[in-house]
Amino acid sequence: MFAAAPWIINAAPYEATMGLVYKIYFFHMPSAWMFMVAAIVSGVASARYLFTKNPKADATAVAAAELAVLFGLLALVTGPLWARKAWGVWWVWDARLTSSLMLFLIFVAYMLLRQFGGPGSEKLSAGLALFGMANVPFIYVSVNVWRTLHPKTSVVPTLPVEMGRPLWFCVTAFLLLFLALLSLRSSLERQRGRIDALYLADDEA
Amino acid sequence: MSGFLRVAALVVGKDLTVEVRSFEVLSTTLFFAITVVVIFAFGFVNEGVPVEGVAAAILWIALAFSGTLALGRTFERERQADTLRALMLAPADRPALYAGKLVGILVLMALVEAVLVPLVGLMFQAPIFVAPLWLAALLAAGTLGFAAVGTLFAAMLVRARSRDVLLPVLLYPMTVPVMIAGVRGTAALFQPEADIAMAQFWLALLMFFDAVFVTLALWTFEPLMTD
Amino acid sequence: MSGDFDAVAVVALGRHYGRRRALADITFTARSGAIVGLLGANGAGKSTLLAILGTLLVPSTGRVVYGEVTAADGGPDLRSRIGMLGHDLFLYPELTARENLTFFGRLYGVADVDRRVVVALERAGLTGRGDDPLSSYSRGMRQRVALERALLHGPRLLLLDEPFTGLDQASTAALVARLRDEQARGVITILATHDLDVVDGLLSEVLFLRAGRRVTGAAADGSLRERYREALHPA
Repeated sequence: MFAAAPWIINAAPYEATMGLVYKIYFFHMPSAWMFMVAAIVSGVASARYLFTKNPKADATAVAAAELAVLFGLLALVTGPLWARKAWGVWWVWDARLTSSLMLFLIFVAYMLLRQFGGPGSEKLSAGLALFGMANVPFIYVSVNVWRTLHPKTSVVPTLPVEMGRPLWFCVTAFLLLFLALLSLRSSLERQRGRIDALYLADDEA
Repeated sequence: MSGFLRVAALVVGKDLTVEVRSFEVLSTTLFFAITVVVIFAFGFVNEGVPVEGVAAAILWIALAFSGTLALGRTFERERQADTLRALMLAPADRPALYAGKLVGILVLMALVEAVLVPLVGLMFQAPIFVAPLWLAALLAAGTLGFAAVGTLFAAMLVRARSRDVLLPVLLYPMTVPVMIAGVRGTAALFQPEADIAMAQFWLALLMFFDAVFVTLALWTFEPLMTD
Repeated sequence: MSGDFDAVAVVALGRHYGRRRALADITFTARSGAIVGLLGANGAGKSTLLAILGTLLVPSTGRVVYGEVTAADGGPDLRSRIGMLGHDLFLYPELTARENLTFFGRLYGVADVDRRVVVALERAGLTGRGDDPLSSYSRGMRQRVALERALLHGPRLLLLDEPFTGLDQASTAALVARLRDEQARGVITILATHDLDVVDGLLSEVLFLRAGRRVTGAAADGSLRERYREALHPA
């Protein structure tokens, strides 16, 4: 797949610029962005599914939710690995990290609901995703105000200029990867629906 | 509009009548809430002196836990004899059914809070009478936010498998802003010099949350409940 | 739109859950004054069909037309014309019979509720015990209240899921008589049941269901029990 190739290529040429561990940032930031994108896609597709009952929308919603869990997990694992070296701590309770963690939990809950909810859980999980979307600004604001009351170390490091280009390369690569996975997974879900329909049609004969 | 209010009032009346017959949900929820507070006391009271600033957190956590219990029990009751289906069968406005259920839960939670707040004040030496109106406002707004989301989720899970464990799994992440706002606002009021301005900010956030989520719930209740 | 209708037409109705088929290609029409029996083994799809007819479930394929409108377009007006007696009775055990009936009466916007409730309690033979909680009632008594609840708002379509379960001789006869009364008033009744002997002679049409499909019985005469056996257990 064309998405995999740029991803692999990019990792190689830029090793020289910094120490080993700092390269994790190249994976961390795009993952975090894809997590957000996946979350938004899932939320919008869920809203569409709830109000139009179009199964294609549900297929997209569940595919995006799975990718949100995947990329979210990547971001939440690579983040602390990077942070340990950069700031000396594994985790800080700042607005962005905590909000991301909460959103991640919402999508894990989505997957649990789909898995264990029994029949009809497509609609319920769509509702959950929609509420999750509506919640993002509230989560961010509340955590932001909660944390800025106390003094703490600055979270966002300034980026040296030479990291800019490879970073954008990675973001593009991750975006392509995300889109490829999304379309694969949604079509998988749609195929599953088609197989069910075939089973039923076969039953008729 | 009058149809909406009439149906909602009918549902509230019915729920309260049913509850008054046995007080089952109120008594078990209240007892559970008190137990939670006491257990926290064991964790946080060091040699007779409570750790500073925990009172607000304990109050809201106890409310979240007991609220979840109350929601589960209330909808379990509608599952017996399948009465939730009977309600859906009626020509009544569906969002009105939701609103009725919501008010019922709010009444229940208000009664629990009436006991819990003095209890927490007593056990953790929290100054609950310093700014009682602001405290009441925070509790009202926070409970509404929690219950608005909780009533919707509990209703939609009624026919799902694993509903008992799924309700907290779904509800707690979704109500994090309510918890943060509630705890921080209450803590601001409990400080030696009550920080009214801070409490007002959190109250405003809670009210905004309430407005958004009650509207969203009313809007999505029908599609989520119809199969 | 008054929402009233004089025939319910089921057209190529199907319902499935993922791969599991609950109903397939059901077609029939029930007109005013008909008492249609849905007969079949457990799991044949009777309850699913009743739920779809009651607008509680949406069909996967096909449609149900009430007069001129489908369930989706019918809305609350349509629902006010449908009365259902579910397998689980749809009553609050903590409330009394009077309170249950009054609540549902008000919910359905029935005019002159209190008087209608008194009449309903009389018809169920429960006037004396109208103010006892439902939990103190026997199954038969609860069934009677449930039937009155379904009929309180004067529906055009009456859906009954196993209405004779647990009823004694007298209650059964009373229910049969009540159904005939409603039939005379032009109500369309569709009921699912296992009590073949009871409904033999009561039903104007019969639908045999097996594994979600309609099975046509070969014999048009003979007792219901014989026809059932022939349709669902062919030699």
